[in-house]
Amino acid sequence: MDSLLRKIEGVFEGTRALLNPISGESRQRPAIATGHADADAVLPGGILPGVLHEVFAGDMSAAASGFAAGLAQRVRGQKRLLWIRQDYAALEHGEICPTGLNELGIDPSAVLILRTANAADALKAAADALSCIALGAVIAEVPGNPKILDLVATRRLTLGARNKGVTAILLRPSAHPEPSATETRWTIRTHVSAEHDEDWGRPCFDAALVRNRHGETGRWAMEWNCDDGVFAKPAGHPATDHGPVAATLADGSAQAEDRDWRRAG
Amino acid sequence: MPTDRLRRKTGIGAAPDKTPVVLSLKDANARIVYALDINAARAGLKVGMALASARAVVNAVHVVEADLPADRAMLEAIADWCDRYSPFVALDPPHGLLLDITGADHLFGGEQAMLDTIRGAFRKQGFLCHGAIAGTEAAARALARFADGTIAAPGDEAATTAPLPTAALDLDEKDTHALVRAGLKTIGMVAARMRNELMARFGKEMVFKLERALGKREKPISPRRILPAYSAERRFAEPVVSEEFIAGEIQELAASLCEVMEERGQGARLLETSFFRSDGEVRRIEVETARPLRDPATIAKLFRTRLDALTDPLDPGFGFDLVRLAAVQTERQVPESVGLDARPDEEKEIAYLIDRLAARFGSHRMLLFQPQDTHIPEAAGVAVPAQHADDTDIKWDARNNVDPPRRPIRMFEKPEPIDVFGAAVPDGAPPRFTWRNVQHRVVRAEGPERLAMEWWQSYDHKPTRDYFRVEDEAGRRFWLFREGLYMHGAPERRWFLHGLFA
Repeated sequence: MDSLLRKIEGVFEGTRALLNPISGESRQRPAIATGHADADAVLPGGILPGVLHEVFAGDMSAAASGFAAGLAQRVRGQKRLLWIRQDYAALEHGEICPTGLNELGIDPSAVLILRTANAADALKAAADALSCIALGAVIAEVPGNPKILDLVATRRLTLGARNKGVTAILLRPSAHPEPSATETRWTIRTHVSAEHDEDWGRPCFDAALVRNRHGETGRWAMEWNCDDGVFAKPAGHPATDHGPVAATLADGSAQAEDRDWRRAG
Repeated sequence: MPTDRLRRKTGIGAAPDKTPVVLSLKDANARIVYALDINAARAGLKVGMALASARAVVNAVHVVEADLPADRAMLEAIADWCDRYSPFVALDPPHGLLLDITGADHLFGGEQAMLDTIRGAFRKQGFLCHGAIAGTEAAARALARFADGTIAAPGDEAATTAPLPTAALDLDEKDTHALVRAGLKTIGMVAARMRNELMARFGKEMVFKLERALGKREKPISPRRILPAYSAERRFAEPVVSEEFIAGEIQELAASLCEVMEERGQGARLLETSFFRSDGEVRRIEVETARPLRDPATIAKLFRTRLDALTDPLDPGFGFDLVRLAAVQTERQVPESVGLDARPDEEKEIAYLIDRLAARFGSHRMLLFQPQDTHIPEAAGVAVPAQHADDTDIKWDARNNVDPPRRPIRMFEKPEPIDVFGAAVPDGAPPRFTWRNVQHRVVRAEGPERLAMEWWQSYDHKPTRDYFRVEDEAGRRFWLFREGLYMHGAPERRWFLHGLFA
């Protein structure tokens, strides 16, 4: 009887892992600082590797792409980055440009690209790739809100990421947030360059952390330092920092704004 | 064969009344007999005779227009099917096949048994076939045509082909005719003549043909498919259907394949599994690898992935009776050095990931970036299939250490036309533009960066482009360009949006 029970337990193990809230903090790997002090203070010291993060496009998808690439660059270390993008996204949002990545300080030869026909393939590929220990991060670009990307799918990605410590980043252009098992959720908008700059400055994001499993949320102006590969507080920018805010409020307002921008590119 | 094809397809000639069937072809404005069935041959008709005279010889004759492409396709299909007997199959048009069975006959219990097996299989499929085995291709062909079923013992070709009629030499009609008229009615009689006499009268080519028919000279024949460097196969007494079983077989075949490759220090870059269905259909599935591969488990897994991802799944029909795994392309695989460095292991993992994803989604979808030595923005970095990329020596230009980025993170393959508004400085950026129905007010612009299309490459004489990096009031950053140079009286120049910055 005892052994039978144990057997049944074993059978349900896999299912339970998918259904239960994600636990097991013991396997957590140390966080990697983004470089932006205020954001790191709200986050558990930085970005957690080996989990799922979501990056939504608040307006321009390119800004969200840049931010996701920055996150991936932070967590990947010396390992490679796999960027999964759908055929449709190339027409709508543009092809990922290697010279552009190079200019952001991300070595294009460390980037693998997989082009998939649809969201289902992208998620399948991401799940497969997360089992490859030689990858540092996987960016899966899923535009819109396909049915297949539901709570269970995000949970699967989280489990896959935790297994081998490969960080999963869901890049969501023209999509609105839905329930998900993500560790963090960011809504990224563009940020104006500093007034005094002759040329425009470093890439600057109006980054809203709208969901944070481990603490408060917040909204900051975050600049990407291409030379050092870190985020930073922009110097001399007009102040737009909203600081830490309540999660529900930020989430709700972000959602409302997202709708307006969904088709804006 | 053509009449057999016709009978299999339409049933013409299958009637018990034995009406002769001939296929006709238009040749120099005359209809001639191109092929005939056994009943027509019995009635005394000959290939090449005028259709009119054929009709004169036999009263009731069924004439059908010949279809050469269909005959060719049929021959190819039969050749595919013959692959199960020996991987070395060559076409001998119009209606013949050559199989090099060196080393393959023992699988069938000797040459005689093999010939019987093949001829029996053809008959069962409804083909009239002649076959023979000999040491050279010409001797085998002559025997097959004029002494069906003969097997010439090694070194015995001259004696075996000697009694055959001169026509078996496969010479020009004119030469054959001349030889016969001279009284040389068999190959033996021709062979008895002095070679220099023959050479003087008929030329070198004819003597070569004779020597080949006598087994004294060989002409290399080229197989229709590239012979794999290494292959392993398994025949089943009972056709197999089970997917599980087939997967297991592939792994076992891979194990024996890898053993041989290991002895030679080779690894596979392109693998192919051929599934031979018992009803004659052959399906071939290929798997490419990014680096030389010699691991049976990995090979089996890659094929598993590939088979699962097929849009047109493997249909076993009544089962497969032969599965062959071949390493079509191989490369030297250096023995792995076991070092303290973790990199080689990581590279191996990456290669396996690339192979896995390529097998699943197609090798054209799994890409790597490679820099190109050009300043044309869309060509400066290209994505190439990762499995074919040589990623050992990829060098990207070091980033200019000055912010900000000069190239966008997302670039449109086809620059998108935009409408610009407002009076601009002649050579400056537009103050306002509309892209995808949204108007943007430019608050910051940097440029122009003039990129002339490389005139030595023919880019369809594309005009020079002036690129601008512009930022709108919300901080969105765009990469715009204006086509052509600013000249007074020049046609209005068009503006495009080429990319988006982070």
